[in-house]
Amino acid sequence: MKAFAFLRGVTTLVITLAGLLFITFVIGRVMPIDPVVAVVGDKASQETYARAREEMGLDKPIWVQFGRYIEGVARGDLGQSSSSGQPVVEDIARAFPATLELSVFAIVIGVLVGLPLGVYAAHRRNTWFDHAARFMSLFGYSTPVFWLGLIALLIFYAQLGWTSGPGRIGTAYRYTVQEWSGLLLIDTLRSGDWNAFRSAFSHIILPGLLLGYFSLAYIARMTRNFMIEELNKEYVTMARIKGASETRILWRHAFPNALVPVVTVIALSFGHLLEGAVLTETVFAWPGLGLYITKSLFSADMPAVLGGTLVVGVCFVLLNKATELIYPFLDPRTRAR
Amino acid sequence: MSAAADSLIPNSRREARLIQLRIGLRRVLRNPSTLVGGILVLLLLVMAALAPLLATHDPMAQSLVDRLTPPGAQHWLGTDQLGRDIYSRLLYGAQPTLMIVILVIAFSAPLGLIIGMVAGYMGGWVESALMRLTDIFMAFPRLILALALVSALKPGLTNAVIAIAITAWPSYARLARAETLALRHADFVEAARGLGQTGTRIVIGQILPLCLSSAAIRATLDMAGIILTAAGLGFLGLGAQPPMAEWGAMIGTGRDHIFDAWWVAAVPGIAILLVSLGFNLLGDGLRDVLDPKHHD
Repeated sequence: MKAFAFLRGVTTLVITLAGLLFITFVIGRVMPIDPVVAVVGDKASQETYARAREEMGLDKPIWVQFGRYIEGVARGDLGQSSSSGQPVVEDIARAFPATLELSVFAIVIGVLVGLPLGVYAAHRRNTWFDHAARFMSLFGYSTPVFWLGLIALLIFYAQLGWTSGPGRIGTAYRYTVQEWSGLLLIDTLRSGDWNAFRSAFSHIILPGLLLGYFSLAYIARMTRNFMIEELNKEYVTMARIKGASETRILWRHAFPNALVPVVTVIALSFGHLLEGAVLTETVFAWPGLGLYITKSLFSADMPAVLGGTLVVGVCFVLLNKATELIYPFLDPRTRAR
Repeated sequence: MSAAADSLIPNSRREARLIQLRIGLRRVLRNPSTLVGGILVLLLLVMAALAPLLATHDPMAQSLVDRLTPPGAQHWLGTDQLGRDIYSRLLYGAQPTLMIVILVIAFSAPLGLIIGMVAGYMGGWVESALMRLTDIFMAFPRLILALALVSALKPGLTNAVIAIAITAWPSYARLARAETLALRHADFVEAARGLGQTGTRIVIGQILPLCLSSAAIRATLDMAGIILTAAGLGFLGLGAQPPMAEWGAMIGTGRDHIFDAWWVAAVPGIAILLVSLGFNLLGDGLRDVLDPKHHD
């Protein structure tokens, strides 16, 4: 039974990933720009054009092309970026740590603030605390992230001068930091360069807090809903009759039961951060995956756009799969018998 | 529910419906979320409809002498980098926003409902295949898929609508499937089957009406997300093309002047915020009112 469930899980994962590939492949084919012209230029001779077309495999039937595409991706080949001239995989590998650092920073804030906020809002349902928390969430849900980013830059960078502006680290440190993990906060700490660390921190704080706010809005609201559902159940009344303290009821009785949906929400919100990062990175000139995708968009660099899209999609799928794998540890009811 | 409403005993089907409507309406008006949300959404409708009447300037008229004028008596909300009146552009900007929302919902909700209901009713491999497809589309973060699609199709308002619609249908499919699964073996569905109704007729006549209220709530909540995605595309220059007044694109052009002329970007952002806040509040409130599971 266990082996069957595992096999089923693997099959759905493979099908989903193949589907992702098919979508990016199709998007790559419907574009109005001729991919051959994008490579050889529109002044190329007839022979050059034909040869390039053959080399790119565009003369083959569409299914063969799709097969080749999958084969390439499996080998880690996402094509060549037409704007940087580098393999797309290398470009993405360079940009990815920046996005990872920003999203991890944000999700940590989202979880640390959002979880307790949601739990206590559920506990003090319909009090001013609950209403304030709800309004904060709603505001986060409804605000365009790029706009809030611009306003934050205007206030905290330009007016008050509390933080650094766009970018990831001060220009003075850009080439002195020893790359180790690719996450600048860790790398600067590791090399013991305090000034560089301070510079990196004052750069990440604004976009990080901003994205953190958006994820905490989501996490707090969903946690509140799940907790209210649990708190209405009989075992909570039972615990109360037994004389358990409210803190104990909240964290020891109700919260563990709400944990599975809450973890799902956290994973989802991490996925949304990758999305929010596209706009935030553009506003803050943060050299991550999002900025890479938007920059490539404007140079009509389709391999780069699709490669970036695919990587984000795959991250999203794997993240969801990973949460499914930890369910049994969180909730005995989901363990396969 | 008040005692007065309970004591009303309907004498006919029509009267019963009217009383129901009255009770519903009273609940909607009493709920602060729906009330505030409704007012904000109404404001958007009024702005879009009466833009030509309310505008003080031509939204396209450039005047380089007046460029980047701060808000004042002449230009209530200031002017942008081409000297265009922001207040007037804001009013006209309500039109594309409203159009995008309506078109996306009109396309994605029926598509998602059909896919979800067919999957839920048929079961078997049809269900597996359709739901797999739904999962695949859900696997992409919305904005990123929309970005890739728009860039492949060419930037523009129509393509933005197509791209957002393609990313919006899966949530309706999931919802409709869940509802259909719960109803598939309900007595009234079995009865309809026993009377010899075909599958299509059962799905449309018996199941669809029961999916509609949750789909309507979903759609209202979705509208805020659609507005934000559309604004994001506009901001990146992939949505409405200049010189059209569109809120996201207005923020995009205001970005270069954020430090010296903040109002150019700030004003349309507030408009987007208020409108999506309106849809969120309305959706939240409607769920409280319509969905019995959420009643206290």
